[in-house]
Amino acid sequence: MPAVRVREIVAAVPDPEVPVLTIDDLGILRDVTVDPAGGVHVTITPTYSGCPAMDAIRADVTSALNHAGYDDVGVELVLSPAWTTDWMSREGRRKLLDYGIAPPAPRATSGSGPAIALALTLRCPQCGSPDTQELSRFGSTACKSLWVCRDCREPFDHFKAH
Amino acid sequence: MTAADSRGSSSASTGEVAAYVLRLADDALILAQRMGEWITAAPQLEEDVALANIGLDLLGQARSLLTYAGVAEGRDRDEDDLAYLRDERDFTNLTLCETDNGDFALTMARMLVFSAYQCELYARLVASTDETLAAIAAKAVKEVDYHRDHATQWVLRLGDGTAESHRRMQAGLETIWPYVEELFESDELFRSVAERGVGVDPAELRGPVLAYVDRVLRQATLSRPETSVNHKGGRVGIHSESMGYLLAEMQHMARSHPGASW
Repeated sequence: MPAVRVREIVAAVPDPEVPVLTIDDLGILRDVTVDPAGGVHVTITPTYSGCPAMDAIRADVTSALNHAGYDDVGVELVLSPAWTTDWMSREGRRKLLDYGIAPPAPRATSGSGPAIALALTLRCPQCGSPDTQELSRFGSTACKSLWVCRDCREPFDHFKAH
Repeated sequence: MTAADSRGSSSASTGEVAAYVLRLADDALILAQRMGEWITAAPQLEEDVALANIGLDLLGQARSLLTYAGVAEGRDRDEDDLAYLRDERDFTNLTLCETDNGDFALTMARMLVFSAYQCELYARLVASTDETLAAIAAKAVKEVDYHRDHATQWVLRLGDGTAESHRRMQAGLETIWPYVEELFESDELFRSVAERGVGVDPAELRGPVLAYVDRVLRQATLSRPETSVNHKGGRVGIHSESMGYLLAEMQHMARSHPGASW
């Protein structure tokens, strides 16, 4: 099987906590290489240091490749360069929105040090209203915060810019 | 003889890296355990989730750091061995990280100071000559920046809130302040890793950390406590009474059921 097909198999593995996204959409899939003997080496990077989904992702990648007939699979976790939501694909952002999660805004990363967090308003993923409010800076997973729409009154998750 | 000498000096320097990394790891690990104690006990559901998430970030940092400390020391110990099978005297965390949670205001006072400290520390470690430490810091710096922001918002709200919230916020600061100077205390190990570009001498963090904290306190109508008491000893394994209870809870499962997995 050509290497590009092997990459497709790995790229299609869903994120266990936000299953509407694949690990490729999320931007955590760094590299897939196939050696001449058929061994596959996959490199992924964590979103947050303590992301509890990394073990599950590692197991899911291995199992997807095993199903495709690859028994010799190595999944390596690399920290550098550090993941940022800017690596999320355009397709990933659209899928998040369709799923009801407000996607992350691009980070303004000019100069050194952490970017200044601008309190931009978010559009409600249900009704599109810009009249929304943050309820909690921490949500159901490390990567999300909880918001509410003041027009349709529905709460929604926001994938934080990181 | 020459080979043995050079091996000797290289193991001395990796030994220093291991000891240095272990200090940072222990700070994160022990405070993560304290954050975990808030789960189901925070004043509101959202804060329960927030404190758990902050604890999880710290635990993630601790896992990376402990794993690396184990590799650097070369004694075949992994993150679990280091977290669960060391005794109290072998932990080198700051005393501040092990202090009892107290009320919510005390926890926020501690988080303000400690996350300001971690922000300044990791921001500098990103430029470490040690690639692993630089990579861990690059991930962690964004996380602790968010913790600092969270603590800042609460300190402002409580300090500049009602008479009662102000009183308790100030009381929280008074309780933790005797542990603050230890954060900036230098020693031979810190100076040596800083000289080699691997680590940071905490003495240089004192200015920027206290400047940040002072700005928040002023805006929150609080005052920086004055105290002549200065608890220390954490970096050499001498801990407060709280530490034994914390370790008993954190380690009992791993020690009662060696090698257990699920």
